[in-house]
Amino acid sequence: MCSGRVDLSFVLRAFSKGIDGVFIGGCHLNECNYVTHGNYHALNMVLLAKRIMEHMGLNPDRLRIEFMSGAEASLFVEAVNGFVNQVKKLGPLGVSEGINANEVKSKLAQTTNLVPYIKLVNRDKLASRLKTPEEYDGLFTHDEIEKLFREVVSYYIDPTKCQACSTCLKNCPADAIVGGKNQIHVIDQEKCIKCGTCLNVCPPRFGAVTKISGEPVPPPIPKEARTIARKSKT
Amino acid sequence: MNKAVHVYFAQAIPLITYIDESCLYLKEKKCRICERVCKNNAIDLNQTLEKKEIRVGAIILSAGLEPFDPKVKKEYHYGEFDNIVTSMDYERLLCSTGPYQGEILRASDKKPPHKIAWIQCVGSRRVTPGENSYCSAVCCTYTQKQVIVTKDHDATADCTIFHNDVRAYGKDFERFYERTEKLPDVRFIRSYTSIVKEDPETKNITVRYSTYEDGVKEEEFDMVVLSVGLNPPADVKSIANKFGIELNPHNFCKIDSVNPMSTNRPGIFVSGGFQGPLDIPESVFSASGAGSQIGELLNYRRGNLSKERIYPPERDVSEEEPRIGVFVCHCGANIGRIVNVPETVEYCKTLPNVVHAQEQLFSCATNSAKEITDMTKEKGLNRVIVAACSPRTLEPLFRDTVREAGINQYYMEMANIREHNSWVHSKETEEATQKAKDIIRMSAARACRLEPLQEFDLPVDKAALVVGGGIAGMNCALSIANQGHEVHLVEKNTNLGGIARRIHSTLDGLDVQDYLSDLIAKVYQHQSIHVYHDATITDATGYVGNFVTSVKSERGFTQIKHGAAVLAIGADLYTPTEYLYGQDDRVTTHLELEERITRGDEKIINAQSLVMIQCVGCRNEDRNYCSRLCCSQAVKNALRLKDINPEMDIYILFRDMRTYGFNEDYYRAASNKDIKFIRYEPQDKPEIEAGESDDGRPVLKVTVTDFVLGKKLELDADVISLAAAVIPSEATREVAGLFKVTLSPDGFFKEAHVKLRPVEFSTDGVYLCGLAHYPKFIQETINQAYGAAGRALTLLSRDSVVASGSVAQLDESKCIGCGACVSACAYGVLELRDTKKTKKATVNPVLCKGDGLCTTKCPTGAIQLKHFTDEELLSQIDAAFPEEEAIEQLDAAVGYL
Repeated sequence: MCSGRVDLSFVLRAFSKGIDGVFIGGCHLNECNYVTHGNYHALNMVLLAKRIMEHMGLNPDRLRIEFMSGAEASLFVEAVNGFVNQVKKLGPLGVSEGINANEVKSKLAQTTNLVPYIKLVNRDKLASRLKTPEEYDGLFTHDEIEKLFREVVSYYIDPTKCQACSTCLKNCPADAIVGGKNQIHVIDQEKCIKCGTCLNVCPPRFGAVTKISGEPVPPPIPKEARTIARKSKT
Repeated sequence: MNKAVHVYFAQAIPLITYIDESCLYLKEKKCRICERVCKNNAIDLNQTLEKKEIRVGAIILSAGLEPFDPKVKKEYHYGEFDNIVTSMDYERLLCSTGPYQGEILRASDKKPPHKIAWIQCVGSRRVTPGENSYCSAVCCTYTQKQVIVTKDHDATADCTIFHNDVRAYGKDFERFYERTEKLPDVRFIRSYTSIVKEDPETKNITVRYSTYEDGVKEEEFDMVVLSVGLNPPADVKSIANKFGIELNPHNFCKIDSVNPMSTNRPGIFVSGGFQGPLDIPESVFSASGAGSQIGELLNYRRGNLSKERIYPPERDVSEEEPRIGVFVCHCGANIGRIVNVPETVEYCKTLPNVVHAQEQLFSCATNSAKEITDMTKEKGLNRVIVAACSPRTLEPLFRDTVREAGINQYYMEMANIREHNSWVHSKETEEATQKAKDIIRMSAARACRLEPLQEFDLPVDKAALVVGGGIAGMNCALSIANQGHEVHLVEKNTNLGGIARRIHSTLDGLDVQDYLSDLIAKVYQHQSIHVYHDATITDATGYVGNFVTSVKSERGFTQIKHGAAVLAIGADLYTPTEYLYGQDDRVTTHLELEERITRGDEKIINAQSLVMIQCVGCRNEDRNYCSRLCCSQAVKNALRLKDINPEMDIYILFRDMRTYGFNEDYYRAASNKDIKFIRYEPQDKPEIEAGESDDGRPVLKVTVTDFVLGKKLELDADVISLAAAVIPSEATREVAGLFKVTLSPDGFFKEAHVKLRPVEFSTDGVYLCGLAHYPKFIQETINQAYGAAGRALTLLSRDSVVASGSVAQLDESKCIGCGACVSACAYGVLELRDTKKTKKATVNPVLCKGDGLCTTKCPTGAIQLKHFTDEELLSQIDAAFPEEEAIEQLDAAVGYL
């Protein structure tokens, strides 16, 4: 396992469990023991996570990544002690930010639900290999993250167009689509990870799935109205 | 410092107690307490020596080294002044199992010394009786290590190193030296020293030394460490007699310079320090190498004495509730001295699903491992947690232990309470105990979610590919081929030989061209070696045991299937841009000088004055390493020139003369032959300009500051020879990319582990040797070439290899074909394939190295790195923190501002 295995959701989980600071240690950049250079992936994830923390109103200094080798004990001690002191100064999560604990929790929960979507949108940036520390600041900008959250997409199945063919239902990776034979399909927005697979696979002749950006999704049609009346073949 | 009954040291094999000669019963027939208290009746005080006859086909002598005993010279005052220790004593002081449990304390008052001096070359590089004329080769660097560790113990410690040349000639040593030098309150002082006195009150030691700036000075230190050198084994004469081998003048084993692992007796080989003073990586090269040579002799009997391990059938526990057993290791005092182990064990018993917890002195000891197996069976455990050290070294052992109990080995989890805990929190016992509990609780949470994994057997193709036909590649190819394997030897040039084609002789007088033509003939004559000249590698695919490499050569285009690959692509020489090289034909490099001496070039051999400048193109910012060979090369050329033309004035301008090991004798010989050695500093480099000598001869004027005389010297040179750096071959980067291996910061190949795996890459099935690893002498290259062959044989001699079960796994129904995983994988494990509707990823688990980047990139959780799944890791994070009420208390305890 490599530092690049540290998932955005792990960091969010730690904060949601009430921890006040997260420290990630990786090998020196460009000194990968393998050919993976996964520490760059870890760095990118941290840069993204820090912007997301800013968006949630949390202090990004609560998350830190440091690169060092196994022979640098004093550097490790210095980095960890420095970080611990910094977090102690900030106090419990939410306190220095002026957000109460419940609000912190709900924000973290909302963001955690969006992790798949965030990963999809930032796929290329998360895998990039930056050359200089100057580039780090620019990888994810404040505006970009605000826009990401402002314009979160949703997918919606137009009940007037859905022919209950089950194609989207079978292909949905999150099992978020409810439906059956002759039953108009409905996306469970709680489960939906916003990957857009349903939009891609819905047969063009139906064109039932639409992408909604930054707007509320229409309420699902009531269960009793979902049955499609088909003309009998006789 | 030991009792009569003790364990030799914590990592000793076998890890059992024994009784030494200080036993009261053995000495005076008294005591016998141990006999009475031993419950197993294991003590037999009447044991006598037994003679056993073992018939063997070959012998390796690894008799090792003996530290120099400074007691032989009264002037070191060792054993007389309390606070003078040897570096070996100091090593024990630094060790957590040492006399003060890792605290550095003075013998006189048990107080930590603040001001410490190291004295280098104790017993080495001295022609005084009782001491050794050679350089012990390891002391400069071990001293630097001790300084760094001392500063880790006490950042304010004042460390002074009195040294002669600093010989940081090994791979990455120069950086290490620089790092030590830059530490605050660390002084490197180039000076001879004498120990003057001990203060009767404070027991401090006064050392006299001199510097160019201040002249003779005396300074007091709290402690003095004698950096003792290396002697041959104490009973070397009797070893030599018993085995009928010859010794060299320094009483080390006399070795053949073209086969440093062989002795004068066929079938008896030598490895490690008995060859001469060398460090751990070099020892390991020669150990694997001697193994390979024996393989050549005894290949026909390979495996005759081995027994196949039979494990009990694996119990299916998938329907059972997790039943966890926790074994908390004391690791002698390493953990037990800091962590309250009994309390931790009691805590473990309160954790969900834990049905058994106990402590062990050394979990890795054979009896403890058996205990784990027995308890697992007895208590019906289906998960085992060993709370001990890092999984890095002992995970395989403990996995084996649970396998013995009929449990899938991936149900074993290690909680690291040593490196992650007791070693770093040695002063906070209470907190460390709490942390041990936390770590084990996290492991227990993960253990519940572990899954049984199957490892897979991969067949091994018996052929080897050797890239590079120099001395390294050819020796390696021959050794592998001599053990019954086909070898494909790929050389980029039209001729075999590599850089050795340009070397005429070695310092110890070997005729390199004779040796080389003999070696080349052996390669061509060998039926199993297939040579490809003018070759380029266009593609390399596959994995351990099953590589396919595409080669374009004079034979046309070939696809070679092979199980192992050895990369021995050699190195290049730096083309100097300094000191008028390339502009004035009187400026040459050491290698060119050697060629011209051999040719009998009159401009060289009739020169009146020749100046050599060392460290050209390395030990600088661009190349922060030492090229290792050049000091000896300079001495070699200088001695040859003096033989040919004794009238010639020869000057060697150096920074540190790094003629380590036995080459020191040649350096001394050169000094005695009136070759002048003048030291310069990197910030005050020699300067050259064309000019005229006093007698009107056109010369190159060399200006250099002489520190001993304290003034600038002007030398007239007819010829200037530069020690051009050895640099990584141009092809290194490309070859590394093809075989997916890594490079060190200096651009040479990077071995998997400097000491533990010095001839192999992290990429399984790929090995390295020769100059491509780092500059080294022919003899060292041969050691390493055989070493690489020996390691490659451990793979090639098997029919199959086992690949880890911890690899990526795809749940296709969750895959949305986004390709994030494909671009994150550096090993080509993943591929996108078109299906009817969408694209889906596919996994080739054989190639997977288990880094888990794909898992992190996958938005839907479709790809999971087995053994490190999201669920397993998240459960660990959840368990890291106590429930919420506890957090408030914790916040209060932490004392938030």
